[in-house]
Amino acid sequence: MMQLQCPYCGVRDEMEFRFGGQSHITRPSPEATDAEWADYLFNRDNLKGVHAERWYHGFGCGRWFNVLRDTSTHEMLGVYRMGAPRPALPGKDGETP
Amino acid sequence: MKGYSFYSILKHGMRRKPRWPAAWHDVSPQRSYDAVIVGGGGHGLATAYYLARTHGMRRVAVLEKGWLGGGNSGRNTQVSRSNYFWPESAAFYDRSLQLYETLSHELNFNVMLSQRGILSLAHSHHELETMRRWANAIQVNDVDSEILSPQQIKKLEPLINLDTRFPVRGGFIQRRGAISRHDAVNWGYARAASALGVDIVQNCEVTGFDLRNGEVRGVETTRGSISTERVCLAVAGHSSQLAARAGLRLPITSMSLQAMVSEPIKPVLNTITMSAVIHMYVSQSDRGELVLGGGADVYNSYAQRGGLPLLEQNVAAMLELFPVFRGLRLLRQWAGTVDISPDTTPIMGLTPVKGLYINAGWGTGGYKAIPAGGETMAHTIVSDSPHPLIRAFGLDRFATGRLVDEGAAAGVAH
Ligand SMILES: Cc1cc2nc3c(=O)[nH]c(=O)nc-3n(C[C@H](O)[C@H](O)[C@H](O)COP(=O)(O)OP(=O)(O)OC[C@H]3O[C@@H](n4cnc5c(N)ncnc54)[C@H](O)[C@@H]3O)c2cc1C
Ligand SMILES: [Zn+2]
Repeated sequence: MMQLQCPYCGVRDEMEFRFGGQSHITRPSPEATDAEWADYLFNRDNLKGVHAERWYHGFGCGRWFNVLRDTSTHEMLGVYRMGAPRPALPGKDGETP
Repeated sequence: MKGYSFYSILKHGMRRKPRWPAAWHDVSPQRSYDAVIVGGGGHGLATAYYLARTHGMRRVAVLEKGWLGGGNSGRNTQVSRSNYFWPESAAFYDRSLQLYETLSHELNFNVMLSQRGILSLAHSHHELETMRRWANAIQVNDVDSEILSPQQIKKLEPLINLDTRFPVRGGFIQRRGAISRHDAVNWGYARAASALGVDIVQNCEVTGFDLRNGEVRGVETTRGSISTERVCLAVAGHSSQLAARAGLRLPITSMSLQAMVSEPIKPVLNTITMSAVIHMYVSQSDRGELVLGGGADVYNSYAQRGGLPLLEQNVAAMLELFPVFRGLRLLRQWAGTVDISPDTTPIMGLTPVKGLYINAGWGTGGYKAIPAGGETMAHTIVSDSPHPLIRAFGLDRFATGRLVDEGAAAGVAH
């Protein structure tokens, strides 16, 4: 069982949360080409290793926040609020093979 | 290759120490090939087999970073069906089921196909109405499908509890729906491909590509460089990672899909029973174990490990439908890293890199697709253009918007 640290409520079981996919995806301008739109809508980094992702505390405060999590171990490496920049993780960033 | 037969089983069985010949040759990679298949799961092995068998290509290698069938092709719940909503999917998956129906003969390897029928339940009037439409669409696709009343369901599966919290109002069945033995499918393709001269290389990870002017010239591996002008990626959950090494971004998310088996009991289940609403499916293996599963753990993962909340939900849903199994113990639980695509339709065919082909996006349901996946990929690689059955499954559909949204139509996708 994973536990997530909601920045507003504290540590709770994963069942209280919903996953919202990769963080920091920016919407392209209306002039974007079909390929740029496809990239925005569908393509994802899908990293093996440290992944910045959004979670929603649905059965709690009802707020969204960001998590840094290692997708190969499920280790939680950091939590930060929506709109905040991604914090650096010295020695941890990058993909594991 | 020595063929397997009743006589050969008898002969080896009579010996005090049976000496079965190795089913395939595990070889070291050569320096160049006509085609390199990355990934020794069912799709990679079947692609290599049809390249050799149908197209006469002899210098083919399958490079597998671990062992044969160590990925999802050896971890799944072995369900095959072709009752898909969209004509493109139905045509492809029914071709696959037809190939399964003769696969034991084709490969001279008993894959133990058991067409016991796949039964999907409806738990409300509205769901049953949707199911009627679905069953009708499937019939129009020329695939067998029948609506059943609760009484017919009870007759087919006497242990079922129809009076669940959301009572069973009916269902539909594809009687050709089947389970088979996944290891036999992997080993059967490996053995038959090896007999046709395909090199099967285990413990050989592809780490990069040799690209020149947007064309493939070779692959880098943990066992040296290999030159080739045709590479097919069939690496399931690792597709995004490997494609990134060729400069491509894919619409794929890797997640854990888990399954579990109970201790073995005498034969009590007749069908593969599934419910999209309570999200689980169950069948009984030839060894007597109940095999059950449900949805994926819905967050990115390469851990190959299923979460406990979903395990609990799967078991609870199964016990709601079959309270009689309450006293059973679970024997094993495991997971595989599945490659989920946005419309739950596979991604197959050409890529923007010339000579690089992709076979991915199978998500939770690519076991049933192994024979047709291999057959159509082999054709695609040889002719450098997509086989007619997979034309709708190209990577380019995400930019054109022509999705094949089976996810919305198909309920549980196994
Ligand atoms: C629990 C579970 C239940 C399932 N149930 C069903 C079901 O009932 N019916 C159904 O139709 N489908 C089911 N599926 C899905 C099905 O198993 C898969 O879609 C299918 O097996 C995919 O086959 P594949 O050959 O593409 O991938 P895999 O069998 O995963 O093979 C990919 C191979 O690539 C190798 N590889 C990865 N990276 C590299 C590299 N860099 N170099 C070399 N090799 C590499 C891996 O080691 C692996 O062996 C299930 C899956 C799971 C996990
Ligand atoms: Zn909260």
